[in-house]
Amino acid sequence: MPYYWLFLKGTPLLDVNHISKSYGPTLAVDDITFQARKGEVLGFLGPNGAGKTTTMRMITGFLPPSRGAVTVDGISMRQDPIAAKRRIGYLPELPPLYPEFTVEGYLQLVARLKKIPSAQRRAAVDRALERAALGQVRKRIIGRLSKGYRQRVGIAQAILNEPPLLILDEPTAGLDPRQILETRQLVRGLAGEHTIILSTHILAEAATTCERVIIINHGKLVAVDTPENLTHRLRATDTVHLEARAPAAAAVAALRGLPGVLRVEPLSEQAGLARLEIECQNLQAREALARRVVEAGWGLAELRPVELSLEEIFLSLTAEAAAPSADAAAAPEAPLQ
Amino acid sequence: MTGLFAIMRKEWRSYFVTPAAYIVLAVFAVIAGFFFYSMLAFYVVSSLGGGSFGQAPQLDVHTMLLQPLFLNIGITLLFLLPMLTMRLYAEEIRGGTLELLKTTPVRRMEVVLGKFFAALGILLLMLLIVLGYVLLVAHFAHPGWKALAIGFLGLLLLGSAFLALGLFISSLTRNQIVAGIVTFAVFLLLWVADWVTAYAHGGVMHFIAYLSITTHLNNFVDGVFDIKDVVYYLSLIFAGLFLTARRMELAE
Repeated sequence: MPYYWLFLKGTPLLDVNHISKSYGPTLAVDDITFQARKGEVLGFLGPNGAGKTTTMRMITGFLPPSRGAVTVDGISMRQDPIAAKRRIGYLPELPPLYPEFTVEGYLQLVARLKKIPSAQRRAAVDRALERAALGQVRKRIIGRLSKGYRQRVGIAQAILNEPPLLILDEPTAGLDPRQILETRQLVRGLAGEHTIILSTHILAEAATTCERVIIINHGKLVAVDTPENLTHRLRATDTVHLEARAPAAAAVAALRGLPGVLRVEPLSEQAGLARLEIECQNLQAREALARRVVEAGWGLAELRPVELSLEEIFLSLTAEAAAPSADAAAAPEAPLQ
Repeated sequence: MTGLFAIMRKEWRSYFVTPAAYIVLAVFAVIAGFFFYSMLAFYVVSSLGGGSFGQAPQLDVHTMLLQPLFLNIGITLLFLLPMLTMRLYAEEIRGGTLELLKTTPVRRMEVVLGKFFAALGILLLMLLIVLGYVLLVAHFAHPGWKALAIGFLGLLLLGSAFLALGLFISSLTRNQIVAGIVTFAVFLLLWVADWVTAYAHGGVMHFIAYLSITTHLNNFVDGVFDIKDVVYYLSLIFAGLFLTARRMELAE
């Protein structure tokens, strides 16, 4: 049983069990296992070409996995694909739109494809139009809509049948900053009712919208955890950023000798302000730093802990996975302990 | 069934919104109209000519007018039907909408049949145009309902077989033009395959000649209903539809 099973509060809505996909000799996705519980927002992170889209396509039933099984809400995708697909809403990387249709006509078509009973179709389309804020363009031809609107039509299509599982492949790719914010808000609004799996290569996006993050690289699962835990795990020591009105060389010399200070590195010196990055063993060391700077009569402008960004986490994790000696990648179910 | 009708409606909408259907129908009406008028005019001239010399040959509407008309309509279908089928799957593959069709709870066969029946609908409209022309003269020179019906059945089966094969070829590529050209080439080869009878002998020749679409169309055009020909066309249709469904199952 996977180690993070313990953290799952409900029964998993989605169970991805050791799936792999090979194209001839190349392994696009290599033995990926994870679960998602009801109402969870799960981020799927990885560089382009890591296998995110392939994995999502296997979950949605677009591609059959070469090995392994996908179970949605207790229904096996292999044994009963129709019933499993009823429970999934999917926004592919390229929104699957028919440009010659009106927004409303298109959603009506998708409602039929999703087998929504005719009596409820009208209401389902209206609700999806409202939630994706498409009311004003409902009669417009999709081919003439802007990219942001088209993306929203894609999302409206995915949520049309109120599926318990929502899979969004790079929902913000290619949008302008305002549209990205709007789309993120839309996704956050959908969380709670739906289990959402969202792929992205933008790490900030995962940090702001997702409760848990799955990192994948070269088709392999590298880590599954909350963004906070990932930061915590990778940071054995405490790194702080210090800014003081002092000559950099003098500051480095003065601070290096303090107890608990492991490393002092000058970053820059500008207009009399020295910027240093300092690695401390513990909180006491940080306090000592402040005291020393004040005692020396240097104006302490800034002292803040350096948060490990998801970018750094990501880089260090993928680098570890790439190194031959790294034992972290060997067991995707218990990485990085 | 909801899925089948949804796909059918969608394809009809696409046919008529992008003016593909209008163009195919208009071009077909003009070409078929020209064939019909030429044959009718020839028939009229021949009958007048024969009569004036007192020979009064038995000029049969069927052999003089309908047989050549049906054969020419068959050739016209060979040219025009690839334009109906080439986009059916290629466009979905290129536009990414295949992901929608494959991830919504709609059965593969519903999609395949929905697309097939949508194209078949346009084919029926085309044959309706021809029927309109024929009925124009039916009042003056009756062609015989049975021969007429068999002839139209032959064209319908021929057209359906073309559509099913074209649908399959369209499912093999993301490029409409490639689908169109390959479909046309396959149709043309099927059309002329019976030429092998002129120079080859034995089992292979028989087999290739059997594959020829023309061999089987001739009986229908002559007003002869042979179950063997019906079986031939139905097998082509089933093969086309089955292969398309199979291809969609494996498509990646």
